[in-house]
Amino acid sequence: MSVKKADKILLTGGEVLDLSSGNRESIDIVILNGKIDKTGAIEQSSFQGTVHDISGNIIIPGLMDMHVHLREPGREDKETIATGCAAAMAGGFTAVACMPNTTPAIDTQEVVRFIKKKAEDELVDVYPVAAITKGRKGKEITEMAELVREGAVAFSDDGSPLMDTSIMRHAMEYASMVNTPIIDHCEDSYLAHAGHMNEGLMSTKLGIVGIPNAAEAVQIARDIELVRLTGSRVHIAHMSIKEGVELVRRAKEAGLPVTCEVTPHHLLFTEADLQHYDTHLKMNPPLRTAEDVAALEQGIKDGVVDVFASDHAPHTLEDKNVEFDAAPFGILGLETILGVILQQLVNRGVLSLEAALAKMIIRPREILHIPVPQIKEGEPANLSIFNPNKTFVYDASRSKSKSRNAPYDGMELPGVVWGVVNKGLLLTT
Amino acid sequence: MALSSSHLLGLEGVPASDIIKILDTAESLKPILDRPIPKVPTLRGITVVNLFFEPSTRTRISFELAEKRLSADTVNFSSTTSSVKKGETLRDTVRNIEAMKINMIVVRHSAAGVPYFLTRCTDATVINAGDGQHEHPTQALLDMMTLREKWGTLAGKKIAIIGDVKHSRVAGSNIRGLVTMGAKVVVCGPKTLMPPGIEELGATVSYNIDEAIAWADALNVLRIQLERQEAGLFPSIREYHAEFGITRDRLERAKKEIIIMHPGPINRGIELDSDVADSDASIILNQVTNGVAVRMAVLVLLSGMDSASD
Repeated sequence: MSVKKADKILLTGGEVLDLSSGNRESIDIVILNGKIDKTGAIEQSSFQGTVHDISGNIIIPGLMDMHVHLREPGREDKETIATGCAAAMAGGFTAVACMPNTTPAIDTQEVVRFIKKKAEDELVDVYPVAAITKGRKGKEITEMAELVREGAVAFSDDGSPLMDTSIMRHAMEYASMVNTPIIDHCEDSYLAHAGHMNEGLMSTKLGIVGIPNAAEAVQIARDIELVRLTGSRVHIAHMSIKEGVELVRRAKEAGLPVTCEVTPHHLLFTEADLQHYDTHLKMNPPLRTAEDVAALEQGIKDGVVDVFASDHAPHTLEDKNVEFDAAPFGILGLETILGVILQQLVNRGVLSLEAALAKMIIRPREILHIPVPQIKEGEPANLSIFNPNKTFVYDASRSKSKSRNAPYDGMELPGVVWGVVNKGLLLTT
Repeated sequence: MALSSSHLLGLEGVPASDIIKILDTAESLKPILDRPIPKVPTLRGITVVNLFFEPSTRTRISFELAEKRLSADTVNFSSTTSSVKKGETLRDTVRNIEAMKINMIVVRHSAAGVPYFLTRCTDATVINAGDGQHEHPTQALLDMMTLREKWGTLAGKKIAIIGDVKHSRVAGSNIRGLVTMGAKVVVCGPKTLMPPGIEELGATVSYNIDEAIAWADALNVLRIQLERQEAGLFPSIREYHAEFGITRDRLERAKKEIIIMHPGPINRGIELDSDVADSDASIILNQVTNGVAVRMAVLVLLSGMDSASD
């Protein structure tokens, strides 16, 4: 992997994929000082610069993962902004939104500034999600207006569900005043108490305390009612249950500004895969049942699901190589989300390639009010380039992340990333 | 003669032939316990570590006696603090002990799956002495041995497991073992203490203690942890005893002989009344004796030393 300046390059032989029609067109692209200078058929012999033959690859506006944990500040042993960005690039992404469960939490302007500063020279756009409440403690709301001014794109107490419905109501009212969405990790912490996996036959078999679907469903239902009350925009993070699909479907039918995301691991795995107490399959929300996966797929087909996000959650080997109950929740995802989505949805005919990609390019940015990159002359070059027909074997030991906690290790996945372009930089894998 | 698995992690997936082999071996070893010198050299040279991360009296003593009767070298490690708090990971603890050249590990831990986890960090043979609310296979084996002694068979017999099924590894292993052996199992207790999907393990759920008693040939009465009441899972000790307690009155109404078992320690007067626990129908102390024999059998069969047995 190497990052170079994209000051004078020609990408030739690739096909630009139109995300609305699915049409592919062979277009050469000249990038000058980070901007798309020319598109069309470019005569190579007359071009003064670096020529990259990207035949076999498709070109799309840069992918965005709106749910990642970069661990900086606080747990730089697990991930840093630099290593998280490296993993994002390796996975074909040019933008991420990072969650505020850092130490300290992203609950002040200083921390937002720190992250923006650290990410300044990265190819990847890093958009901080600030906490809803100070210290993510669920008591007092953060200085939302100033956090937005500093660059926060959403608010979330991710991982520490805001149980006080009245505080959530006020947070929604205040956030909607500054026109910024709330992203909610929906979990009733009383119902989920001491749980480590899905509650059901498998938790009974394994003797592990379970987290019932209802723990997620009651909070989704609560949030939807608060949206009805406050008019705030709410995005349901990593939705994993069939009940959630129905709740969000009805909210959308009622015209409420509710959106949701689904992770690749909740589509690829089920609780049945936990038979060997593999802590690399321990995450929150937990892996659910085949019935839930089928409902998520139906929701994806029907357009209930807006976004695919990885919930990239790095943890050290020491943290994960312990008793199941003692292991933290979370797995890596940035380097494999594209492959898993292609495999589970596109190759299995659930969704077209362009519709799947739109949920990782257009929808996350629309939800977070970030301009969607355009592949047009004069626009900044913000591109992802990959070959959907080639496969690769994922090797977690060679991950660009600082951590290795990926259940995908050794899996063959489609979608080989050639490279990404953004902020005047080109990375080729 | 060996078992189909090199560890005993639970009774999930253990075939009837293995269970029969363990119970037969236990029966043949049991007379050793009544000899003037109750000791055989079968496991001489074999080192067994008893790793107890959770307080235990009878299971630990039972294993230790079984090991000593077989002339194994034994080492006890007890720790009630979790590995994380102690500052050393479980993996490190076990790998260090293994580096001292040991053969078998008997493990009790509050977290489910720890015995399986140990098989991935060591080459030693692992025996589960109870993991969280998952399984406690030697307890179920000794329960089955005791019932088989009484009846000659388990096939078609009706066993009701009473009480906190949800948090009980004893129930977890008993259901699996009994179903494998062709017995019928009812689980009976408050709905708050019933785990989801338990029917799929082959048990029938009842919330009516009198119906369960009327149906059963034997009752295996589980210990009720008093902290479950504090956690709001049942309203009071008084109501628990009234609704699910095993009393002489209840048993007499059934008008038939019903065997009474309990894995211990008993909360007398709560889940089981004293006059029932100490009655002729009770085989609770036979369970304890058979516990040593069953654990001897498991140790012998897993050590691969069974052919050398005298």
